[in-house]
This record gives sequence, C-alpha cells and structure tokens, in this order.
Amino acid sequence: MATLSVCQPQLGGFSFENCKRNAVLEAEVTKLGCNIPAARKTGTTICGVVFKDGLVLGADTRATEGMIVADKNCSKIHYISPNIYCCGAGTAADTEMTTQIISSNLELHSLSTSRLPRVATANRMLKQMLFRYQGHIGAALVLGGVDCNGPHLYSIYPHGSTDKLPYVTMGSGSLAAMAVFEDRYKQDMEEEDAKRLVRDAIAAGIFNDLGSGSNIDLCVITKGRVDYLRPHDMANKKGVRTGNYKYKQGTTGVLTKSVIKLDLEVVEETVQTMDTS
Amino acid sequence: MGQHIGAYGVQDTLRSGFSSVKNELLPSHALELSEKNFQLNQDKMNFSTLRNIQGLHAPLKLQMEYRAARQIQRLPFLQSSHLALDTLKGNDESISFEDILNDPAQSEMVGEPHIMVEYKLGLM
Repeated sequence: MATLSVCQPQLGGFSFENCKRNAVLEAEVTKLGCNIPAARKTGTTICGVVFKDGLVLGADTRATEGMIVADKNCSKIHYISPNIYCCGAGTAADTEMTTQIISSNLELHSLSTSRLPRVATANRMLKQMLFRYQGHIGAALVLGGVDCNGPHLYSIYPHGSTDKLPYVTMGSGSLAAMAVFEDRYKQDMEEEDAKRLVRDAIAAGIFNDLGSGSNIDLCVITKGRVDYLRPHDMANKKGVRTGNYKYKQGTTGVLTKSVIKLDLEVVEETVQTMDTS
Repeated sequence: MGQHIGAYGVQDTLRSGFSSVKNELLPSHALELSEKNFQLNQDKMNFSTLRNIQGLHAPLKLQMEYRAARQIQRLPFLQSSHLALDTLKGNDESISFEDILNDPAQSEMVGEPHIMVEYKLGLM
C-alpha cells in the first residue's frame, strides 16, 4: 500500500474512497428492510424582507432528523461579516460549514482590500462554490446585508442559482411564508412594520409546516447597526399544567406516632486541610 | 487510485493492486472526476482568458514562475508548505475544503522514503 502513495501526491478536500462501499451497504440494508440513518436537516422556514433603511431576516428554530425533532432551538441565522448575515435551510451541516467558509474567505478578502465587504461578493462566492459541487451540498440560503450601496437581499439555491429580490422565502415552509409576504408587502416599510411582517410570515410557516417549529429568530440589519433578536417570539411555548396533583397536608389521617432516637457515638475525627492558594 | 501502467503497457499489479473492470470504468461518485480535475481546469480557463486579453506572453511568464516555485520543496515524503506557489496562485488569501478536510499533513499513511525519492528522481 505504501507504493500507491508514491505515484499520486496527497491532496486535501473531499475523498470519494468510500462511495462504492456505501452504495453496496445501502443496497444490502434496503434489501433487509431497514433504513440508513438520515442526515439532520433543517426543514425550515426562513425569509427576508428589505425595508426603508435596511433589511430584516427571520428564521424558525427547529432542526429535524427524519421524523424526529433533533434540536428544538437551533440557530439558523449565521454570521458572515459585521454587516452581512445569512439564513440557512437544507442539510444543517452543509449550511453551517458553507457559511463558515464563506465568512472566513470574506474576512480575508476584506483585510486584503481594507474595505467593508459587499453582499454581492458573498453572493458570488457562495454561488461559485455551490455550483462547483453541483447541488450535492444541500444548502439553500437567504443572504442579506447592508453595504456601501444600500441593503441587498439574495436567495441562493443548492445548485448555485441566485435571485436578488426585495422579499424572499426558503425552506419547506416557504410557501406559507410567501403567502403572507405577497399579501402584505409594501415598498419602503418602517422597521416595526417589517419586523411584524417577518414575524407573521415565520409564524405562518411554523403553524402550517411540520418541518418548522419552536421560536422565531429575527435579525435586523441597518447601516452601522445589527440587532440579533434571539428569540424574538416564542410561538410554541410548552403548555403549563392547570391542575395540581399534589395532596394537601392533612389529607391522610394520622393514627399513631412513635419516635425512636438513634444514639450515634463519634468513632473517629479527622481534619483535612485544603490548599486554597 | 488510478491505473499505473507499468512495463510492456500492462497494468502494474505490484504498484496499484488488483484491477477490476467495473471499478475502473465508472467513477464512484458524480463529483469524483470533476473534483480531481478542478484545479487544472480552472488554471486552463484562467490562462486562456489571460492569453486572449494580454497576449501569449502573460500565461507563459506565469507558468514559468509556477514551475520555478513548484521546485521549492522538501524531499517527497515530507510535507512542504508550498508557500511560494500558494502566494503566486493566490491561495494564501482563501480557504476552501482542501484546507479543512483530509489535510495531507494529518494523513495516517506515510510513504516509504527510499521508494519515493527514487520515483521522483526517475530511477524507478
């Protein structure tokens, strides 16, 4: 085996060595009727809207693993740069790693240009990376930020296509959220109206889609200020029990009472000094 | 893990193990081939654009510099930093999956030093 490594130089990056083995294993397992473990997804509702001075990004907080809720309060709004944030839907690991890599690249780029990074740069980097992997990286993103040219909002699909729009939704609950946006979106809204609109859109996704749930996170980005409201609204609070099942004192009648004193004698006494320096 | 054509044009079993037609025909993953050649294709694309814009001298000069920088390395079985090559190519200002996953410096197998040097010097 050592002779093999002579010929090819070692390269970093993805290794496809186990793909054939995995394909064989999957075939065997489905023949037996079991399932291979599913990747953790964020069946999600994420959305963003541009208002007068900036933009608001919103996301729910449920991460699912097949039919089970894996994380009741996960954070789907990722930091890219001080003025740019990105919501991620799809496979949780993919969105996490992709946004971290792009954040690092953008930081290096901004250090080399000594300027605040632009949203279009992040968008271009993301779409080039996702296209390179032909959709195998399952990350559907809503990218938003405020730079020297104003507020910008992009939606990025796993295969690498992007759209620049004033309001976008992604994820399994995107249709419910888009219905709310299409009804109530107006150009040049105020900040409070925009926050309420995004909150209602995410709530529509949470209540009408099984893959979304728990709380609503908001991120308001304006020139020079970022408000990361986590949680902004706890839409699904666990219910409080209305009845008390504890018995009152005196429910059971006392018939007899006998007290037995235990005589304890001191056998040995040791003192251990602690070193508190 | 490609085929290594040894003497007489036959598959070199000693160096690359047993062969199986099925294994060699189809790639194990849709991305395998595209990822293997990605850097080469990017370079080809960039050089041809550069040739169209600035003339033949530009890619020639760059490739000469790359060839010179590629020779600044330690012996084959040791990890070299490729600092000059990375700076020329601009890889020192970006991070991608090559830097995070499967770092060659952390690989569990190390090559046989004598064989690797003989191979590099063409004595094999």
